[in-house]
Amino acid sequence: MPEVLRAPLVVEFPFTRSLGPVQSAFLTGLRERVVLGVRTTDGRVLVPPVEYDPVTADELRDLVEVAPTGTVTTWAWNPHPRPGQPLATPFAWVLVRLDGADTSLLHVLDAPGPDSVRTGMRVRVRWAATRTGAITDIACFDPYGGAPAQPSGSTGEFADPVTGIVTPARLDYTYTPGRAQSAYLDALAEHRTVGERCPQCRKVYVPPRGACPTCGVATTEQVEVGPRGTVTTFCIVNIKARNLDIEVPYVYAHIALDGAGLALHGRIAGIPYDQVRMGLRVEPVWTEGARHPDHYRPTGEPDADYDTYRELL
Amino acid sequence: MTREIAVVAFAQTDHRRSTDDLSEVEMLMPVLHEVLDRTGLRTADIGFTCSGSSDYLAGRAFSFTLALDGVGAWPPISESHVEMDGAWALYEAWTKLLTGDADTALVYAYGKSSPGSLRDVLTRQLDPYYVAPLWPDSVALAALQAQALIDAHETDEPALAAVAARSRATDNPHAQLRGPVPHGDYVVRPLRTGDCPPIGDGAAAVILAAGDRARELCERPAWIRGIDHRIEPHSLGVRDLTDSPSTRLAAEKAGAFERPVDTAELHAPFTAQEIVLRKALRLDDTVRVNPSGGALAANPVMAAGLIRLGEAAAAIHRGEADRALAHATSGPCLQQNLVAVLEGDPR
Repeated sequence: MPEVLRAPLVVEFPFTRSLGPVQSAFLTGLRERVVLGVRTTDGRVLVPPVEYDPVTADELRDLVEVAPTGTVTTWAWNPHPRPGQPLATPFAWVLVRLDGADTSLLHVLDAPGPDSVRTGMRVRVRWAATRTGAITDIACFDPYGGAPAQPSGSTGEFADPVTGIVTPARLDYTYTPGRAQSAYLDALAEHRTVGERCPQCRKVYVPPRGACPTCGVATTEQVEVGPRGTVTTFCIVNIKARNLDIEVPYVYAHIALDGAGLALHGRIAGIPYDQVRMGLRVEPVWTEGARHPDHYRPTGEPDADYDTYRELL
Repeated sequence: MTREIAVVAFAQTDHRRSTDDLSEVEMLMPVLHEVLDRTGLRTADIGFTCSGSSDYLAGRAFSFTLALDGVGAWPPISESHVEMDGAWALYEAWTKLLTGDADTALVYAYGKSSPGSLRDVLTRQLDPYYVAPLWPDSVALAALQAQALIDAHETDEPALAAVAARSRATDNPHAQLRGPVPHGDYVVRPLRTGDCPPIGDGAAAVILAAGDRARELCERPAWIRGIDHRIEPHSLGVRDLTDSPSTRLAAEKAGAFERPVDTAELHAPFTAQEIVLRKALRLDDTVRVNPSGGALAANPVMAAGLIRLGEAAAAIHRGEADRALAHATSGPCLQQNLVAVLEGDPR
């Protein structure tokens, strides 16, 4: 078996989310070192607060301040903190029922070791030095030996409330392309284009994805196609793409390589943009060290007859 | 219910830590062909196709559309997808068959967890306002549930280790982890490596058929007598983590408590979750629980729930079970639960 191709793949996205009135008050409160809950119609206080009652679905808006101290209701010792987690040294995950609340908040507890943590132990919020209106404004909880702290007397009304949060997320993957795509990429490295033929309908797929979407069977027979091909259809690009060093206008085309059962796409150059046409015969142009053809240029052959590519538009 | 609907065939891959030599559709296709072969159907004969998967696992956008190549989806077929475990795809297919729009359905699911870091990937399914910014990984959340059970004296660490050992004593040839497996160190205390499911890649498929069509396609169809799914409040701190009211309610609606079952396939990725499910489902020691090894033997995310339905059905096909319960879960700490009751015709 040929060596498996691998490449790092990073999926990174900052989600921007707007907040409802209760979420906004809660997160703004954290920024101001105030913990707010919400009172349900049957009198329970939910912390963290939600906008609708999880049991009755009633709309909830009655904000109540609770204490920054509370009791651990369950815990789990994390000996190996992972990226993004609130503490970089071993810590306990905890659900904490704050004094004045009827439900528990998920966060972390900074403790010297698992032997110093137990369900029922008393803890207190440690505020982050820099607070922006996010759950991470609570840096963590600390063990706490004192009496329940008194709420500050906040009304739940704040100047300049937080109305949205941006939560960055990054996930790291190792991309492996699989059998068919690996064969295609290996051939491309030698400036050859290799598709795969469906054993049932005989269509040649380029690039191959490993299966014939019409027949639902594996494509295994490798077929070298091109290098020449025919422009089946095209468009003229007039807007310059960011980070792309190509002068506009230029032509982007569907190109049916000779022997291929479907068209792939590429840029056409070496001819004025307004002279590109359906049926134009083209060939790939490679640049030093490139993994794909840089573009396709006219071969000078007579144009292909429409009937030769009408099924490949 | 106006139509009888049955699982008539089931197939799954061997589940492996990594399938880096295969794309998702390449991993899936042999299973699709195997399940079709069991019924003699071709893809063109299938009335409705429904799949379950998540692009986050392998980090490939719209991977489910590429997977569709494997079913011969062109020209366009009647098809749907859920970004959930395939058990919920089966639920959708079941409703489709109930309407009478189709007589057969192909349901498949696949998960390729090996390209990413699954514990971190799964944090992205959590409440994005109050929970996800803390990146609480899947083992951490399961450990909070396990500690709650220990505190309530409903289990202890040796009992959890026994669940792991019994699960992996399976003779299931598709299992990723089988036989004696060291229980290991704490991953997140109180859960040790042995309490956690293996991380790996795999796929599964079932075929559903209605009424007489089911009898034509399968010697002993596994009739779906009831199926239902329910969810817990999304905030972990609102829930009693030692119980699963949503499982109990789904089981009640599915008719699970009307008569005893002989076999149960439970989707409990972590040992402590089996304790919760046994209680919610009122399973006593007379019921064979997870002869397949369950998710502790193989846990291809997005397929492991569908596999529970498939394993329960296959036990009926083989005549090893007459009335089986299958359960699937999704989300942290048994957040969402599906229960199905399957029966074979009297022998």
